[in-house]
Amino acid sequence: MAYLELNNIYKSYGYGDNVTNVLSNINLTIEEGEFVAIVGFTGSGKTTLVNLINGLLKPTSGEVLFKGAPVVGTSHERGVIFQNYSLLPWLTVGQNIYMAVKEAFPQENKMALRQRVKDYVAMVSLSPAINKRPKELSGGMRQRVAVARALAMNPEMIIMDEPLGALDALTRGNLQDEILNIWSQDKRTALLITNDVDEGIYMADRIIPLKPGPNATLGPEFKIDIERPRDKTAMNDNPNYKKTRNEIIAYLMDIGNQRKTVSQEEYVLPDILPKSFVA
Amino acid sequence: MEQEIVLKKEGQGVAFLRPFIAKITPSFNKTKVLSSLKQTGITIVSILLFLALWQLGSKALYNKEANYKIEKALTERGEEAAAAERACIESGDSSCQPNTLPSPLQVWGSLQSLIADHKVITADKAAFVEKMAETNAKLIAQGKDAIVYTGRASFIDIVLTSIKTVFAGFLLALLIAVPIGIIIGLSPSLRSAFNWFIQVFKPVSPVVWYLLVFMIVKTLYIGDSSDNAFVISFISVGLCAMWATLVNTAMGVSSVDKDYINVAKVLKLGTFQKVFKVILPSSLPLIFTGLRITLSVAWMVLIAIELLAQSQGLGLFVWEEFQNGANDSNAKIIVAMFVIGIIGFLLDRIMLSVQNIVSFNKNEMA
Ligand SMILES: Nc1ncnc2c1ncn2[C@@H]1O[C@H](COP(=O)(O)OP(=O)(O)OP(=O)(O)O)[C@@H](O)[C@H]1O
Ligand SMILES: [Mg+2]
Repeated sequence: MAYLELNNIYKSYGYGDNVTNVLSNINLTIEEGEFVAIVGFTGSGKTTLVNLINGLLKPTSGEVLFKGAPVVGTSHERGVIFQNYSLLPWLTVGQNIYMAVKEAFPQENKMALRQRVKDYVAMVSLSPAINKRPKELSGGMRQRVAVARALAMNPEMIIMDEPLGALDALTRGNLQDEILNIWSQDKRTALLITNDVDEGIYMADRIIPLKPGPNATLGPEFKIDIERPRDKTAMNDNPNYKKTRNEIIAYLMDIGNQRKTVSQEEYVLPDILPKSFVA
Repeated sequence: MEQEIVLKKEGQGVAFLRPFIAKITPSFNKTKVLSSLKQTGITIVSILLFLALWQLGSKALYNKEANYKIEKALTERGEEAAAAERACIESGDSSCQPNTLPSPLQVWGSLQSLIADHKVITADKAAFVEKMAETNAKLIAQGKDAIVYTGRASFIDIVLTSIKTVFAGFLLALLIAVPIGIIIGLSPSLRSAFNWFIQVFKPVSPVVWYLLVFMIVKTLYIGDSSDNAFVISFISVGLCAMWATLVNTAMGVSSVDKDYINVAKVLKLGTFQKVFKVILPSSLPLIFTGLRITLSVAWMVLIAIELLAQSQGLGLFVWEEFQNGANDSNAKIIVAMFVIGIIGFLLDRIMLSVQNIVSFNKNEMA
C-alpha cells in the first residue's frame, strides 16, 4: 500500500460558463519516507494540487488516499508550508508558532510548548525577532516563520508549497539542509513544490514536472540517483547530476515552447462578452 | 523604530496636535516640527478666515434687519418713530435689537454667561444640599425619600446629560450589534434570514425609532413615576445607531481572508479557538469602523431624540432657546452648535485612535 496515492484526479473551479479546469487526470504515488519534488510553471495548478493533498480542497473527481484512507479534511499528520506564508498578522512570531504547537501537542504543558517554539524559532535563526509581528519582518523572515510553524508541529508528512522562494542563496541552502535533516529523522515523507530545478535535484528522490494548465497533467518522472547526504559543491561534478539536470531542463523548455506555439495558434478571440465587471 | 510606528498611529487620529506630540516624543526632529507647525498654522489661518466671514455675514444680516425695522417704523408710525427706533438700535438696548445671526463676539459672550450661570447654579445646589442635609437625614431615618434639588439645569449639566445619553446608547448598540453581527457573520443562512430585517429597519428615521421606543417604554413604566426620558432617549439613540456596527461586524466576520481560514483548518483549531483567535481578530478593524460610524450617528440623532423625549440635553436646550426667543437665544443656539460639533469631533477622534490601534495594514502583512 502506497503512503499517498492520487488516482485520476480532476479539479476545476467554478460552475457553468465560468468553469476553470485546472488539473486533469493526475496520478501520483508516493511511498513512505520518499522525498518527491514537483516542478511546474506559474499558474499551472501546483497550489491546487497541494491543497488537494493536505485536505483543504476536494477533487472534482478522483480520489486522494493517505495511508490507504480517503483524505477528508486536514490532519496534523500532514504539515503544510503555505506559499503565501499565511501568518496571522495580529500575532507575534512566537504566538503564531505557539498556536500551532498547542494544537499539535495538546497533552504537553506550557513550559514544554514554549521550549518547542523557542527551538524552532532558533532553527530558522529568528530568535531576535520572536516577539515581532509579521509586518515588521522581511518576506524571507516571514517565510522562515512559516517553515518553523509547519515543522514545529512534527508532522509525518511535510507538504511544502514553494517554501523557500523569497530567500537568498545562502539562507535558502541552510534551510534546505534543515528540512532535509528533519525529513531524514524518523523517516518522514516530503512533497516539495518548487520552481527551482536545482533545489529539486538537491533535495528530492524524484522530480515530477507539472505541465502548464489548463488541464495540467503530470509529466514523466525523473529519478535522482545521487547518494545522500548530498553535497552541493561535489554534486556539480557528478555526471549523473549533470545528465539529470539537463534532461529536466530540456523537458521543461520543450513543454514551455509547446505552450507558446499552442497559444499562438489559438490566438482567436472567443465570441463572448463579459456579463459583469464585478468578479 | 518601535516609537516611530506608535507615533505614526497617534498622528493619524490627532493630526492637529502633531507639533505638541513631536515636542514630547523622544524622536524630536526639527523638520518634522517645522512641517507640523506649518500645518497648525494653516488650521489657525482658516479658523480666523472663518471667523472673519462669519463676522461680515452677521454684520450684513444685522444691517438688513435693522434697516427693515426702521423702514417699517417709518411707514407704519412716521418719521419720529423711525428716528426713535434707529436711536434705540444704535444705543444697543436689548429691547429693540434686530433678531438675526449673532456675531462671533455675541456668541463668545453667551458662552461666558452660560458658564457664569453654571457657577451660580452649582453654588445654589451646594447651598441647597447643605440646607436640606438635616431634613433629609430625618426623612431617610423615617424611611421616606430625601428631597433633591429640582432647580434649573445648567448648560454644563445639559452637555453632561447628552454625553451620558450618547454613551449609554452607544453601549447598548455595541452590546446588541456586535454579538448579533458575529453570529450572523458566521452563518450564511442566518445572514440571509436576517438580511430583510436589516434592510428594512436600517433606513428608519430617528423620529420613528423614538416613537416605537416611547410606545414600549411608556407601557413598561406604568405605575412608575420616575423620569423615563433618559431611558427612552438612550434606547432610541442606540437602536438608530447600531446598524452600521451590525452590518460591519457581519461583513468582517463573513469575509475573513481565506488564508487565515486555511491556517485555522490546517492547525485544526476548534470552533471556539477559530472564532476568538482567527475570525474576530481579523474582523476587528471592520468592527471598529462600524463602531466609529455608530458613535457619530448616535451623536447626530441624539439632538432630535432629546428634543422629542424632553430629555434635559442639548437637543431640548436648542429647541427651548429657539422657542424662548430671548435676546441672546440665538447666540446660545450657536454656542450649543459649536459644543455639539466639537464634542462630535472629539468622539470621532477618540474612536479613530482606537481603530488605528486595533487595525493592521493588510498590505504590510504576510
Ligand atoms: N479559488 C479559485 N477559484 C477559481 N480559480 C482558481 C482558484 N484558485 C486557483 N484558481 C486558478 O487555478 C489555476 C491554478 O492556480 P494555482 O494557485 O494552483 O497555481 P500555482 O501553480 O500554484 O501558481 P503559482 O506558481 O503562481 O503559485 C490558476 O489559473 C488560477 O487562476
Ligand atoms: Mg502556487
